[in-house]
Amino acid sequence: MAVFECAPVEYRGGNSRHTRNMRVSTATYPEDEYFEDLHRVTGGQTTEELARIIIRQSFPATQWMKAHGVRFQSALGGTLHLDRTNAFFLGGGKALMNAHYAAAAERGIRVLYNAEVTQLDISNGKFTGGTIRLNGQAAAFRAKALVVASGGFEANLEWLEDVWGERARNFIVRGTPYNKGNVLKLLLGCGVESVGDPTQCHAVAIDGRAPKFDGGIVTRLDCVPLGIVINKDGHRFYDEGEDLWPKRYAIWGRLVAEQADQIAWSIIDSKVVGRFMPSVFPPVTAPTIPLLADALGLPASKVEATVRQFNQAVRPGNFDHQILDDCRTEDLHPPKSHWAQAIDRPPFCGYPLRPGITFTYLGVKVNDRAEVQGLGDATNIFAAGEIMAGNILGKGYLAGFGMTIGSVFGRIAGKEAARAAGH
Amino acid sequence: MPPATDLIAEGERLMVICNACRYCEGYCAVFPAMERRLTFNEADINYLANLCHNCAECYYSCQYAPPHEFAVNVPQVFAQIRARSYRKYAWPKFISVNAVLAVGAGIVVAGLLAGSRTAGDANFYGVISHDTMVAAFGVVFACIIAVHAGGFLRFWRESGRSVGAFFRGAALLKASRDVLSLKNLDSLGVGCTYPDDRHSQARRRFHHLTFYGFLLCSASTTVAAFYHSVFGWSAPYGYFSVPVVLGTVGGIGLLIGPPGLYWLKRRRDPAIVDAKQDPMDVAFLYLLFLTSLTGLLLLALRETAAMGLLLRIHLGIVLGLFLTLPYGKFVHGIYRWAALVRSALEGP
Repeated sequence: MAVFECAPVEYRGGNSRHTRNMRVSTATYPEDEYFEDLHRVTGGQTTEELARIIIRQSFPATQWMKAHGVRFQSALGGTLHLDRTNAFFLGGGKALMNAHYAAAAERGIRVLYNAEVTQLDISNGKFTGGTIRLNGQAAAFRAKALVVASGGFEANLEWLEDVWGERARNFIVRGTPYNKGNVLKLLLGCGVESVGDPTQCHAVAIDGRAPKFDGGIVTRLDCVPLGIVINKDGHRFYDEGEDLWPKRYAIWGRLVAEQADQIAWSIIDSKVVGRFMPSVFPPVTAPTIPLLADALGLPASKVEATVRQFNQAVRPGNFDHQILDDCRTEDLHPPKSHWAQAIDRPPFCGYPLRPGITFTYLGVKVNDRAEVQGLGDATNIFAAGEIMAGNILGKGYLAGFGMTIGSVFGRIAGKEAARAAGH
Repeated sequence: MPPATDLIAEGERLMVICNACRYCEGYCAVFPAMERRLTFNEADINYLANLCHNCAECYYSCQYAPPHEFAVNVPQVFAQIRARSYRKYAWPKFISVNAVLAVGAGIVVAGLLAGSRTAGDANFYGVISHDTMVAAFGVVFACIIAVHAGGFLRFWRESGRSVGAFFRGAALLKASRDVLSLKNLDSLGVGCTYPDDRHSQARRRFHHLTFYGFLLCSASTTVAAFYHSVFGWSAPYGYFSVPVVLGTVGGIGLLIGPPGLYWLKRRRDPAIVDAKQDPMDVAFLYLLFLTSLTGLLLLALRETAAMGLLLRIHLGIVLGLFLTLPYGKFVHGIYRWAALVRSALEGP
C-alpha cells in the first residue's frame, strides 16, 4: 500500500490541515436533526441514503480515529455554538493529519510526497496503474485498487477562470495550493460520472489582504454584522444583519464576488471593537469617515453620505450581538435587520473584503460502497473526501461536515479497496 | 505578514496570528492567556514567552509553520524572547558568568578556607570549620536569594499586580501544582513533542528527576543545618539518617535527570529551539550532575584519606553552581512559576 501525496511533507493532507472539527451525531444530536440541518443548508440537494450512512457512521468514525491516535477537545473559544454538534480536533486539522500519518507509518504504509498522479490506466472499467511525477520525474506504478482522495479544483486558477471568467482572478484560495483537480479531471475524462454543479463553489468574504493561497482560518472577518459593508462606489449592497453570523457567513463570498472588482469594505466604529474574533490583519483606522474613505481609496463624499443615511435610519434598540436583537434600520434599502447601531464613535475602522474560495462542488459520483460510477459494476476505483462530497453536499455548507464526509467515506473506501485488492 | 527582525515585534506578530486562529488553545497555558488579550505589548510578550514550556506541540500542529509565508514558530521565538528576558529582569544587572571559571573560583575559595588542614573519619569540620562553612555559604546564599528576589520583583511588577497578589491562595496553589506536575509538558497525558514530533514523557520525567533531586538535596542540607543548630547533632550523620537519605536519593535523581535532559537536548529538532541558549543550559546540567557526583563520592569515601580533597572539590563545585544560578538556566523556574501564578490569577 502506498499514498501518493502531491504536496511536500509540510503541506500534506490537503485542506484537512486547515480544519478544526467534524460534525458528529450523538445522543444529544440525533440523526434526524442532523439530516434536517443538512437538508436545510443544501436545499434538498443531497443523496439521503449516503447522507444517512455518513451521519450514522460519524460517531463510530471518531472512535476509530481515537484508536488511531487522534485526540479531541471541547469547542474552541468563540465557537461554543458548535459544542453540541461538533467534535474538535485537539490542535486542529494538522495535528489530526499528523496522527493519521503516524498511524500509517506504524503500519508500514509508505507515503510518497511531491508525488503527483498524471495518468491513470483504466481499461474496461478496471484500473491497473498509472504514472506519477515524483519530485519532477515520471514514474509508472501498478496497483490492484485505487482510492482517490484528491480534493476539488479550487486551487486551479485556470480552471476557476474557465468557470467564472476574469473575476476569478480576484478570488483568494483559502486552502491548500495543491487542490488542482488533476485527478478529478483524469477520472471525468475516463468516463466516470460527475456529480455537483461545476459552476458552484463555497466562498466566504475574507480579508482582502490575505495571501493568494493557504491563508486559512486567520483571514476570516467576523465584523460584517457589526457594521456596514460598502462597495467601491461607497454603496451598501446587502443586509449585514440578516441573520446570526454563522448562518450568513457563507453568502458573503458570492455577494462580494458580484461587486465591481470583487472587493468590498466592512466599516465599523470603535463601539464594537473587541466584540468579534480578532483578525490577523489590523484594520485601517481614521478619526473621521471621510479620512477613513481616503485611506481605503474610496470616494469620501459617497461613503460619508452612505454612513449618514445609515445612521439616520437606525432605530433605538437593545444591542446584543449574541442574539437577533431589535436594533434595526427603518426606510433604508437595503435594510439592516439586526445589530444596527449608528457608526459614530471614532476611531473608525475599515477592513477590505474579497471572496475567499473554500471548495468546489464538482466531484465524482459514488455509491454507498464509495465506488465511482460510470465504469461498470466491477470497478476498483473508490473515492473519499472533497472529490465526492458533492454527492451529499449539492450546495451550501454545514460546519464540520466536510471532515465527516471525508472520515466516514475514507474508511468505507479503504475497506472496499482492500476487498477489491483481494485482502 | 513577513517575520519581524525585532524579537518582541516578532512575538507580537505571532500572537496576532495565533489569536486569530486559536487551534492550539487546548495544549498549554500560553494560548488561553493570549486569548484574554486583543493587543500585545512588550510586557505581555515577555510574560507569554515565560509561560511557554517549549513543548513544541503548537509548532508541529501549526498550519502556518514554515515554509508557510506566515512562518509561525512560537516555541523557537519564545525561547529567544525568554533568553532575552532573563537578561532584562536580572537584578541588579545581568552578568555573564562562565561556569568553568565559577567552579575554578569556588575550588580556590574552598581551598583557601580549608588551608592545609586534613582530617579523617568523616570529620568535615576538621577540614573547614563549621562556622567558616556557615559564614561563607550563608553570605553566598543570602546574595543569591536577594538577586533572585530582585529578578522576580522586576518580572512580577509588569503584571500590574501587587506582590501580595502572588501569594493569594488559590492561584498560587494551582500554579504550584502545575509546576510540581509539569502539567504543561504532559500534553493531556501523552507527553510533549520533544525532542521530535512524537509524543513522549521523557523530558517531563528527566526534569522531574532533576527538579526533585535538587529539592531533596536542598532539603538534606536544610535538615542537617537544623540538626546542628537546634539539636546540636554534628555531622557526619549515619547512612540511614534523614539528611543522608534525602541527599542520596536526591543525588541519584541528579545523576540521572541532567544527563537525560542533555541526551534529549542532543536529539531535539533544531527547528523548535534557540541554539544560542545551549551553553547556558548545558552548564547548568553539568554543574548539577557534578555537584551530585562529587557529593555522593564524598559520602562513599568520607572515611578515607581522599575526604579532604573531595570536600574541597565538592564545596568548590557547589560554590560555582551558586555563582552561576542567578544568571543561568536556573532562573527559568522563577519566571515560569511567576508566569503560571499570573495566568492562574487571570484565568477563569
